[in-house]
Amino acid sequence: MKNELVKGQKKSVEELNSFAFSPENEAKIPEILKRYPEGRQASAILPLFYLAQRQCGGWLPPSAIEKVTEILGMPVIRGYEVASFYTLFNLKPVGTYHVQVCGTTPCMLRGSEALLSACKRHLNIECGETTKNGVFTLSEVECLSACANAPVVQINDTYYEDLTEENLINLLEGLASC
Amino acid sequence: MLKESDRIFTNLYGAEDWRLKAAKSRGDWDKTKDLLAKGQEWIIQEVITSGLKGRGGAGFPTGKKWSFMPKEEGMMPRYLIINADESEPGTCKDRDILRYEPHKLIEGALFAAFAIGAHVGYIYIRGEFHQETIHLETAIAEAYQEGLLGKNAANSGWKFDLYVHRGAGAYICGEETALLESLEGRKGMPRLKPPFPAVVGLYGCPTIVNNVETLAVVPTILRRGGDWFSSIGTPDNAGTKIFCLSGHVNKPCNVEEALGVPMKDLIEKHGGGVRGGWDNLLAVIPGGSSVPLLPKEICETVLMDFTSLANVKSALGTAGVIVMDKSTDVVRAIARLSKFYMHESCGQCTPCREGTGWMWRMLMRLAEGEGTSEDIDQLEEVTHEIEGHTICALGDAAAWPVQGLIRHFRPELERRLRKN
Repeated sequence: MKNELVKGQKKSVEELNSFAFSPENEAKIPEILKRYPEGRQASAILPLFYLAQRQCGGWLPPSAIEKVTEILGMPVIRGYEVASFYTLFNLKPVGTYHVQVCGTTPCMLRGSEALLSACKRHLNIECGETTKNGVFTLSEVECLSACANAPVVQINDTYYEDLTEENLINLLEGLASC
Repeated sequence: MLKESDRIFTNLYGAEDWRLKAAKSRGDWDKTKDLLAKGQEWIIQEVITSGLKGRGGAGFPTGKKWSFMPKEEGMMPRYLIINADESEPGTCKDRDILRYEPHKLIEGALFAAFAIGAHVGYIYIRGEFHQETIHLETAIAEAYQEGLLGKNAANSGWKFDLYVHRGAGAYICGEETALLESLEGRKGMPRLKPPFPAVVGLYGCPTIVNNVETLAVVPTILRRGGDWFSSIGTPDNAGTKIFCLSGHVNKPCNVEEALGVPMKDLIEKHGGGVRGGWDNLLAVIPGGSSVPLLPKEICETVLMDFTSLANVKSALGTAGVIVMDKSTDVVRAIARLSKFYMHESCGQCTPCREGTGWMWRMLMRLAEGEGTSEDIDQLEEVTHEIEGHTICALGDAAAWPVQGLIRHFRPELERRLRKN
């Protein structure tokens, strides 16, 4: 499969204090809001969180959550509620590559436990941790719905399917040298 | 075996282009206007005649669901929601429709929207499906470009706008009322029913929620007739269905077959057989993680349809067939499903929030040989404390696989009890 990963920019502490949508993303907001009826702009919370998360290199700092709720005219607590409910929003920084190993039964039957151990060994981190150089974050995730191509690992936006330990490690090595 | 000429999803494997031009050459969007001109009643009646049941897991008759929409026009808008939040372990069929047959879905959405009187539709697609979202959005843009969607969709005089809304990694949002909550910008926590979405749905308006596969077969049903669709399959189990074969088969795949196909044929002919041969089979989960597993002796003869699987105390569910050979640690395999449900429980109802964790911990204890004989009975009791005591079906879905394990593999659980 083609490598379509975009290298996330390293962003850090300043985002904790202030967040503003880039002019490019700002321009997308009215388009997104238009999809929902008048007075129902709260519906746009997931799309706007996605926009903010991508701009921040893969995570949602508190200031971005607050910014989105401000745009949508909803209490900040509602924003935190939503952001913390959905697993695709990362509330702390992640590495350039977020390696998400599917661990649910169909993948487990085809060797996902060995894949996960191999990742831990190779990257020398546990699930939920990021390598010291900030390149990789490792997670075990639930069913990715690609069970006929198990075991599956999602790295950022891309699914890697029918994996073996060997080609997964090759992939990680390839990404590390990008 | 399904006749080649009865196959609906001719590009299920993405061998051909998925874009509009190629989709049209496969028969999509053919005389859509003429079919719409036959009227709402005709469309609903054809779908009722076809015997189509929802393909998302619950298997509710689609035409009947549509007929629940209030008859009188009313002031409120109506909505069509397409549930593309595919996340049931063992299920990967909607993904292939979304990326290789998006125009079947979009055309089906137009028919459904027209039939129920909706001018706006949202496709709620799971957030992880990035590539699939791109295909879908591209296909929708093509449809707008060609006038197949929008103010005068397919020249029918019907206005229909269709939007893609990405979920964000919550299995529970596949439950229709949780999906509506999520689409309204809240946590995906299911609502009490009644009122059903057909009466009080998105933004409090009448709403129909249909699965991707359900809507994607509608255009072909309307073209070839409800009678054609109902002639395929077994009584009460009409039509073709995409089965997802995963686990210990030699060739895991998605395949469209007639409902009522013998499970053994499905595995042997389409899945390339069980790893190590049929006699190496231990058990099969026939319909996605939420349904009870079946041991080999039942798998020998059971047919893959709603009725036959219900008769053996399992279900067709999403038709996600998870095959386990004799190397499988069946206790750990089911325990991993309990962990899944523990992770995905929204936390709204105590029996599910607490019970899913209980089940996982007890199963792990049993798997590791630390269980006592009371544990098995207590585990079963916990499943019954959850089942039927929650707002949505996630509680039931978490309980059933564990009940299936105890029903069919109790000797295996007993063999592993702590020896002291």
